[in-house]
Amino acid sequence: MKRSKFLLSMLAFGYAFMYVPLFCVIGFSFNGSKFVTTWSHFSFKWYHTLAQNRIMLDATLNSLKIACCTATVSVVLGALAAIAIVRFKRFSGKSFFIGMIAAPLIMPDVVTGLSLLLLFIGMNNLFGWPGEHGSMTVTIAHITLSLSYVTAIIQSRLAEIDSSIEEAALDLGATPTKVFFVITIPAISSAIISGWVLSFVLSFDDVVLASFVSGPQSTTLPMVVFSSIRMGLSPQINALTTIIIGVLTVCVAIAGYIIYHSSKRIPQKSKGEGKHWRSLV
Amino acid sequence: MAAKSRHLNKIEPWHDPEERPYVYIENLTKDYDGSIAVDEVTLSVYRGELFSLLGRSGCGKSTLLRMLAGFEIPSSGRIYIDGIDMSGIPPHRRPVSMVFQSYALFPHMNVEQNVAFGLKQEKLPKSQINERVNDVLELVQMLDFKKRKPHQLSGGQRQRIALARSLVKRPKLLLLDEPLAALDKKLREKTQLELVNIQEEVGITFIMVSHDQEEAMTMASRIGIMADGRIIQVGTPTEIYEYPNSKYVSNFVGTINMFEGVVMEEEENYAVVRSSVLDEINIMVEHSTSAAIGAHVSIAIRPEKVVISKRPPKDRNYNCVKGIVQDIVYLGDVSIYHVELANGRIVYSTATNLFRIAERPIQWDDEVYLYWLPENSILLTA
Repeated sequence: MKRSKFLLSMLAFGYAFMYVPLFCVIGFSFNGSKFVTTWSHFSFKWYHTLAQNRIMLDATLNSLKIACCTATVSVVLGALAAIAIVRFKRFSGKSFFIGMIAAPLIMPDVVTGLSLLLLFIGMNNLFGWPGEHGSMTVTIAHITLSLSYVTAIIQSRLAEIDSSIEEAALDLGATPTKVFFVITIPAISSAIISGWVLSFVLSFDDVVLASFVSGPQSTTLPMVVFSSIRMGLSPQINALTTIIIGVLTVCVAIAGYIIYHSSKRIPQKSKGEGKHWRSLV
Repeated sequence: MAAKSRHLNKIEPWHDPEERPYVYIENLTKDYDGSIAVDEVTLSVYRGELFSLLGRSGCGKSTLLRMLAGFEIPSSGRIYIDGIDMSGIPPHRRPVSMVFQSYALFPHMNVEQNVAFGLKQEKLPKSQINERVNDVLELVQMLDFKKRKPHQLSGGQRQRIALARSLVKRPKLLLLDEPLAALDKKLREKTQLELVNIQEEVGITFIMVSHDQEEAMTMASRIGIMADGRIIQVGTPTEIYEYPNSKYVSNFVGTINMFEGVVMEEEENYAVVRSSVLDEINIMVEHSTSAAIGAHVSIAIRPEKVVISKRPPKDRNYNCVKGIVQDIVYLGDVSIYHVELANGRIVYSTATNLFRIAERPIQWDDEVYLYWLPENSILLTA
């Protein structure tokens, strides 16, 4: 059957809509011109300048650190929250708890950022913590945001899992702690990984929360990019973006390879001939 | 039915007053915030039995099973397994293993890892684990599937692995929660006998929960009928079918004709009951429970014990009623005749189809006699 031209062109349009901007950035990162948008000649010039730009590199490193911490803490807390919601039948304030966990999802970032800023200042005045704003405060802010996403992801996966597999493990002699690590965690591992990646991305590209709660010592990459717009965008950003896209593509490819190979079917084997029963005891 | 006859040939431990029950459940109650799931159940199960708890969904049979496994804590009462009180012992320290209805295989482990899981918890040496895993996989004929993941197996194969995973622990008691409910009819019938064979092979005591009376009849050494959290009757499949102790049991297991009546005469081994629904004739019933004269009772008779004929019986001992054939349900091997009495009451009679359908002697709207021997009917007071 011939596929309709209309459907094919819609597919092409859809892909173009998503990926042409990315290819533009990659293309312009090799642009020799000092203007972001005008092409002159091919050059690695902006990669060289980027390598010497301490502010940009420090901000990138800082962003990566914050994103990793955020993702890890969110996944741990989110998994615990999800288990409390799904596995414990009733506890007082359960629906309130579910609502509160989900609330940051609908809260505008500006509101969250401002309220966190006020909280940090107030706490600092009362007990002298968290002191000067920096990576720590940004990480806390990002965790409050991504925790709701991670909880939602893990919660839905956990609800799908037949809780009798945990009972079966218990029944076979595993202690409750062992059941958690050997059965529950592997069963929700896909949700944990996607939750980790999602909160990493949320943290890595956040600019609003970070603007409120970061200090002078710690700026994140999106903040540097954002503030540099005022002074005229440097094509270094194209180079940086290209590097990030490259790293991400490699990561996704590796993950895809691993997932594909772990789920590949083992070839069918013929069933064994009927054997006589043998005593177990 | 071959499997069952083997059971019957064994000495029946429940008739031996010296025999100590292997699993003893004493006044066990489970109360979920006022709704009682299991109500004062006392039950003895003997070593090597395949005991089936049979009842409709929601009758408390699964809750009882989960209390044996330790997943639910009884509100009151005690469970003894091999003489040891199980109260306060968590599921992972009980000598009990369970086969779940959903099989509950670990999706991220292959067959071998699934089966070895229980032995690894016992910290056995690797060589011993491998040997026992291989033995049990051979027993369930799944040795060739060691490296498969659960999602690569069919329903029947998963069921075997779930069984193997529990058997490999050599538990004192194996619990099966509707183990065959997820299989299609043909496979279920085949697996029923296989399961009985395996049980006899390994000699482990099985307690099985089922809502399928045919399954329980085929497999169990004894059946406990449950309703509303109570055990109503315990007995061998034959006892349950032929001598039900209540209307509930007689209706639940198989089909039965039931007539209400009043006791007119009572002798040592028979009673005469007059039933308005049977055209005010006197019915003779052999009885074990005593019923005083004037008491309201029910008489129950299985359809296959009601003889249908165009001629009245020659022997005066038969109870006999007359009616018109309303319907014939043809099932191939047997036909069920729906016979309407003069007062409108329908009585069922099952007859083997000895002749091909065209030559069937009894047809619709024929006037027929239904008769049965007094010793085949049951007098029920409850």
